[in-house]
Amino acid sequence: MTLTANLTKNKLVEMYKMMVKIRLFEEKVFELYAQNLVPGTIHLYTGQEAVAVGVCSALRKDDYITSTHRGHGHCIAKGAEIKRVMAEILGKKTGYCKGKGGSMHIADFNIGMLGATAVVGAGIPIAAGAALSIKLRKTGQVVACFFGDGASNQGTFHEGINMAAIWQLPVIFVCENNLYAMGTRQSIAMKIENIADRATAYGIPGVVVDGNDVLAVYEAALSAVERARRDEGPTLIECKTYRHRGHSRVDPAKYRPKEEVEAWLAKDPIKQLRERLLQSTILTEVEIQRIEEEVSTEIEEAVKYSMESPYPAPQEALEDVYA
Amino acid sequence: MRKISYREALREALREEMRRNPAVFLLGEDIGRYWGGAFKVTDGLAEEFGDDRVRDTPISENAIIGVAVGAAITGMRPVAEIMFGDLTALAMDQIANQAAKLRYMFGGQAKVPLVIRTPFGGGVNIAAHHSQSLEAWFMHVPGLYVAVPSTPYDAKGLLKAAIRGNNPVIFCEHKLLYHVEGEVPEEDYIIPFGVADIKREGEDVTVVATLCMVHKALKAAEILEAEGVSVEVVDPRTLTPLDKKAIINSVKKTGRLVAVSEDCKTAGVTAEIAAIVAEEAIDYLDAPIKRVAEPDTPIPFSPPLEQYVIPNEKAIVKAIKEII
Ligand SMILES: Cc1ncc(C[n+]2csc(CCOP(=O)(O)OP(=O)(O)O)c2C)c(N)n1
Ligand SMILES: [Mg+2]
Repeated sequence: MTLTANLTKNKLVEMYKMMVKIRLFEEKVFELYAQNLVPGTIHLYTGQEAVAVGVCSALRKDDYITSTHRGHGHCIAKGAEIKRVMAEILGKKTGYCKGKGGSMHIADFNIGMLGATAVVGAGIPIAAGAALSIKLRKTGQVVACFFGDGASNQGTFHEGINMAAIWQLPVIFVCENNLYAMGTRQSIAMKIENIADRATAYGIPGVVVDGNDVLAVYEAALSAVERARRDEGPTLIECKTYRHRGHSRVDPAKYRPKEEVEAWLAKDPIKQLRERLLQSTILTEVEIQRIEEEVSTEIEEAVKYSMESPYPAPQEALEDVYA
Repeated sequence: MRKISYREALREALREEMRRNPAVFLLGEDIGRYWGGAFKVTDGLAEEFGDDRVRDTPISENAIIGVAVGAAITGMRPVAEIMFGDLTALAMDQIANQAAKLRYMFGGQAKVPLVIRTPFGGGVNIAAHHSQSLEAWFMHVPGLYVAVPSTPYDAKGLLKAAIRGNNPVIFCEHKLLYHVEGEVPEEDYIIPFGVADIKREGEDVTVVATLCMVHKALKAAEILEAEGVSVEVVDPRTLTPLDKKAIINSVKKTGRLVAVSEDCKTAGVTAEIAAIVAEEAIDYLDAPIKRVAEPDTPIPFSPPLEQYVIPNEKAIVKAIKEII
């Protein structure tokens, strides 16, 4: 990993802090789940932080993102308040969706986070539609659409990316290839190694990046975002990455070879950035320690806030069906 | 008053709303300048509004609706056309899981002002993939509205209301109605959702019908008038929201209900209407409820087969006579 010249020290530190925030947030969610405090299921983002942070760091505040069942990291990287993310995960009234969405459906329209859909691949045409809206309204925004390797086998991938391509829409398609869709290895579900190759079929650029290298992700995202803003159309970016934990709450992930897991843990995106920042003396051990403490405090406050928040009144179930 | 066709009424509604609000745009397969819509509803609109606002799409129903959803939640008012009602099946995830549920899942954050126009119904010998009536599918999805205009007047007023509203609407048209003419005022008007129209007043029996079946019910009423039976025809105009009050009030007056619809009988439109009356007005009924609907088959091709399954005025007359 090389440090790029066009990133200020502040921005690098911000990115590092954001990755740590997502990591510690997810570890906290896991801890609460282990104490049986989280209803339903959870899909943790641990291990993939460089993708959300690299991409969102290349976006403007008013740009949009769409997200998936594995979406906590996307929300946080786009600037969501973690206390309201946590409250939603716990089903509380103070959550982003007033307890109606939960872990898989967090949205914050105020920061351009257009929500997470849990139907695998369904966000792809929706992201294209937000980009069409941008083009018609001439606002100069861009959409970043996150989805997994599994999602790239959906018809929506073909239909949505094709439409975005023919209409030259300002959207970047970010495929987080963590090698598995639940227990299904990529090689069981497709004949190709690089999902980015599929871009050729739509006449758009396809880029493969090391999804554990936040700076590589950032650079690829930035050039795709700039291209989109120049009205030159979409890009497909495939980020090769790995989830550290199982697919969802009950999954011990026995289908993954031990050596594979170890190799990827050694490539931990946060560890990699930390080493670079230390080596280039952008951060000291003490500063790194302080960042972790600050983030931990923020997370503890978020936990306290959401634990103390009330559940919605049962009859609120009847609200928000229609506008 | 001037008379125009159902097709022209729809086109006028689109044109007027597009002139009124730049956020309104159309998308769908072959709706633009090269074809003007499979049923010519959008003919001429691309010439006035340009290809950006009258947007031809690839044959990708799920993405047509998905793209429309994405545009709707970010400030636009898309009107999507699905060429044939049966093909909404290809877009069902985006309709039923996305358009309908986003607002709710996100705790009221999203608004989805999206209209999906599509023609249902049989009678033109194009068989099982182009003829079914699927209104009831959409009635079963909370978060969607379902409009079922039977006349040019209703078509225009309801479409304008749909476009100005803030919820996803399945706007059900009928292939046999496009050429039907009726009175439509020149001036701007909208028909609010959830307000039924009494298409004919009567004393002895209430017939609730939608789309083409309204016209068949009116014919049945004429036939029976000659025999001294007074039939009231109630057209709900929207199935969601449904004007229960109008239906129940009519049943209170007549004491009899025949529910008529072109969809399959099982778990269909007539089942819901019958259930509402049974649940909320059974004390006013003087006879069993009757339902006239399609048998539970796909729509067949050959004319005698197709005519056999689609309800006609004779079937309505027969059902009424059974309870008079
Ligand atoms: C359309 C659809 N099919 C199946 C599922 C069940 N499911 C949830 S996540 C998942 C795997 C998704 O894999 P991928 O897209 O690679 O994302 P990842 O979980 O690896 O982040 C499946 C099959 C679903 N939610 N939606
Ligand atoms: Mg995956």
